[in-house]
Amino acid sequence: MRTGTGIQSFRSLTKAMTLGLLRDRTAVFFMLIFPLMFLLLLGTLLKDAGVSESKVIQVGDVAVLDEMPDKEREQLRDVLRIEKTDGSAAARADALEKVRKGDADAAVTQTGGEVELRFSAADLVRAGNVQGILESIVQQANQAATGRPPAFTLSSGQVEDESTKPIQFLTPGLLGWAVAMGAVFGTALNLVNWRKKRILRRLWLAPVNAGSVIGARVGVNLALALAQTAIFLGVATLPYFGLRLTGYWWLSFPLILSGTLAFMSIGLVVGAWAKSEEAANGMAQIVILPMAFLSGAFFPLDSAPQWVRTVSEFLPLKHLAEAMQGVLSRGEGWSTALPVMAGLLAFAAVLTLIAGRLFRWDEA
Amino acid sequence: MATAAITVEGLRKRYGDVQAVDGVSFEVKSGEFYGILGPNGAGKTTTLEIIEGLREPDEGTVTLLGEMSWPRNKALLPRIGVQLQSSAFFEKLTAREQIHTFASLYGVPGERADAMLEKFGLTEKAGVREDKLSGGQAQRLSIACALVHDPELVFLDEPTTGLDPQARRNLWDLLRDINADGRTVVLTTHYMDEAETLCDRVAVMDHGRVLRVGPPSDLISELGADSLEDVFLQLTGREYRE
Repeated sequence: MRTGTGIQSFRSLTKAMTLGLLRDRTAVFFMLIFPLMFLLLLGTLLKDAGVSESKVIQVGDVAVLDEMPDKEREQLRDVLRIEKTDGSAAARADALEKVRKGDADAAVTQTGGEVELRFSAADLVRAGNVQGILESIVQQANQAATGRPPAFTLSSGQVEDESTKPIQFLTPGLLGWAVAMGAVFGTALNLVNWRKKRILRRLWLAPVNAGSVIGARVGVNLALALAQTAIFLGVATLPYFGLRLTGYWWLSFPLILSGTLAFMSIGLVVGAWAKSEEAANGMAQIVILPMAFLSGAFFPLDSAPQWVRTVSEFLPLKHLAEAMQGVLSRGEGWSTALPVMAGLLAFAAVLTLIAGRLFRWDEA
Repeated sequence: MATAAITVEGLRKRYGDVQAVDGVSFEVKSGEFYGILGPNGAGKTTTLEIIEGLREPDEGTVTLLGEMSWPRNKALLPRIGVQLQSSAFFEKLTAREQIHTFASLYGVPGERADAMLEKFGLTEKAGVREDKLSGGQAQRLSIACALVHDPELVFLDEPTTGLDPQARRNLWDLLRDINADGRTVVLTTHYMDEAETLCDRVAVMDHGRVLRVGPPSDLISELGADSLEDVFLQLTGREYRE
């Protein structure tokens, strides 16, 4: 008569689950590669977000532009690009057509002392930009025409950019999404599969503790989440993407671990309830995708409607992503992380209890 | 041989409107090869699962090797080996990894697991994943996993279902060997020739009750039948089940 020790059972079950996970190419793709592709894609697309230089078509002679001093012209490089055409009626019509189509931001003409600026109102930010620039050029020309030194001068200096850069919300948001997929799918499919294949029954008949079985599953998922976090942070902090970690960034690890437990509890409910792997798959997707969108994993919720923000308050991913953003790149610390961790663990406890009530040993 | 390996007394189990097991009592002697026969829905699997300790009976008691099987008794579990009806394998693991995983759950060293693969003719298939094994190989692996910890009492639920005649005959030899080593074996099957060849005694069940118990040859002569199959049909009727 022999009996395995708890640690031995835990170790061999961990090994069995890890191998099962790593050999599932589809799962590895969806949990590691797929979210990383989103980070690379969105990170690259949104990297240079913001208004770029304005393109203006100058029709005929415009004195304020033509006679602009070189020093001033130098300052406007990267901000204003001027394309000069002759002053014919055809050129004028052509310029206005380009503005209408959005190929140029504005067209400028001068009749006597009047500089006329025609712009499209389709993009108000660009229209405002180009107006402001032309306005200042005209003002400077006016001032220079008086032949007196300016009464006031503006000296400007850049301050630290405090606005959220895309990589700052993309990294925690997409990482949270990746971890949620790993934990919800992994747990739900594992539970359904083990019930269907009767491994749950088989383990019941082996001298193992429930603790070894549950501990192995939780351990594998936590390790997966840590690997996902390490890979994501590694990529996001590359100079190309430019995520700069602040003091308490390592708090993202306990945050991710608490989040993993919360998502696993969702997976337990799905797995306990779903009758087949297909059903579990569909239900997990129905939970994860809307949660990711409503939690601001792909885009910030600042301009989202109020009801979306209200719903997002109830989603664990939203709180995880927000707290992660705080500790990763905004210099926030324990005061941000602790309440969120407590909330995620409480969420996990409640859902695990619900899953316990829904749990079935066999397919029925 | 004095104590019974299994004592089942007055088992009853109800699922909703269905009385799946309706007062089952029998005894299996130590070292015996015992068959439980019955048409689909007769209550064989439920009876077996209650005996193994997978389910709690509504009424009645089961004693295995002198100990109660319900509630779950971790001291008893290493002494019994169970092969479930569908093979319970871990996803994406090879034959060798499956049996090594089960071995370690029982604290059995890896060499013994490899020896079991050898004994069941699976050494060549050690590196093959569970879903790539043939039906016969999967059944052999499943039985090897049930025996890896050298149990005294073995339960096999329809081990030869879906196998070709070659695989079936080979498996019979293996099952005889298991029993010849002194183990008590309990088997459910739909094949009467199998029960007639392998079992010392059989219990014929229907509608959740045991209709008759005895050695196959005794049942045949008692009922004046030609074979165990005729005995079975006489006892359980010929209408379709399920």
